[in-house]
Amino acid sequence: MRRSLLALIRRDLRLATRIGGGFSLGLVFYLALVAILPFAVGPDLNLLSRIGPAILWIGALLATLIGLDRLFQADEEDGSLDLLRMSGLPLETIVAAKGLAHWLTSGLPLTLAAPLFGLMLGMEPVALAGTALSLLPGTLALTFTGAIGAALTASLRRGGMLLSILVVPLMVPTLIFGVATAEAARGGTVSFTTPFLALVALALAAIVAGSIASAAALRARS
Amino acid sequence: MRLIVSDLACERGGRLLFSRLSFRLEAGGAVALTGANGAGKTSLLSLIAGLIRPHQGEIRLEDGEGVWAEPPEEAHLVGHRDGLKSQLLVRENLEFWQAMLGSLHPPGLPPRAALARLGLAHIEATPGAYLSAGQRRRIALARLLVVPRPLWLLDEPTAALDAASRQVLAELMGEHLAQGGLIVAATHEPIGVAATEIRIGA
Repeated sequence: MRRSLLALIRRDLRLATRIGGGFSLGLVFYLALVAILPFAVGPDLNLLSRIGPAILWIGALLATLIGLDRLFQADEEDGSLDLLRMSGLPLETIVAAKGLAHWLTSGLPLTLAAPLFGLMLGMEPVALAGTALSLLPGTLALTFTGAIGAALTASLRRGGMLLSILVVPLMVPTLIFGVATAEAARGGTVSFTTPFLALVALALAAIVAGSIASAAALRARS
Repeated sequence: MRLIVSDLACERGGRLLFSRLSFRLEAGGAVALTGANGAGKTSLLSLIAGLIRPHQGEIRLEDGEGVWAEPPEEAHLVGHRDGLKSQLLVRENLEFWQAMLGSLHPPGLPPRAALARLGLAHIEATPGAYLSAGQRRRIALARLLVVPRPLWLLDEPTAALDAASRQVLAELMGEHLAQGGLIVAATHEPIGVAATEIRIGA
């Protein structure tokens, strides 16, 4: 069973990094969003550094949404999903493995790029570290929450918009605790660990609930 | 191993495709499903593969000792959608399916040998995007060899195949049946092995 899941993760990583895989799509979108925002807000460095964590978090949320629609759709279109369902492995673990592979090629790069993009907003080192640290469990929670929408819209041609409408409300708690964690890193009345632990709990809950719900959605599809 | 289908009814999109379908398939037996387009041949294969739920009735796979097995885990499905990734090399595609489908079964032929058997040794390092329909179908058939599973569900297996490949397919099916395997094939033409004909819809 472990060999099968590793093979699945390896295949999805390979597909994401090859031509047409969409590995860099979210990252480029993230960069574009962070780069144009100062033009809209104005060159006030104090203001930018103050709203920096919120910008980085909203950017990460939207960039996560971009690649999600292909999470199950590609496998649904070419029949791979049917074959995966016949593998004898629980569909929940297959979904979890696919979600993890997706996070490794979308959420993790976003997290690693966040401190770099934060420099463009004039953020301080502590705030940069806090935001990056909060994005690590945060993007994991966003990916697995979004997987539910991806599973529900797997057989729709242009399901991206429906997916966003379905999952954005579910992503709100992650966003609130994520930005709170990043803010707490800069100092304040709340200690860093309090919202951070809540965020980690959200991520763990999303992995479990997202896998189960996505599997149920994929089963109900036909 | 025997396949028992009893009193099966299938509904798709609010329309009853067939009902009261019953048949038994003993080890080494093959069934050829015939019927008009849209009669429910592919739906029956999906039902046996566990991908859709029956409206009524049941499908069982029994061992020699009466032990029941889950049909989806013991079956191979080769249909119109071949599960071939165009970004991956042919060999990578096959290696993946061997690892993915083989968790409950002993490994079969190595991917290279399976490709050679279907006359595809020369394209093992070609990306899936550059293959013809017939080549894609033959790679899907190679999946049958890399993981041994007793029940083969074939949806128009001869579609897009040339005469030589049909010959190879007939040989493979013959060997599978001789080893006690089962075949359920939806088809419009003779598949090359002795098979009981079951007409779907009427």
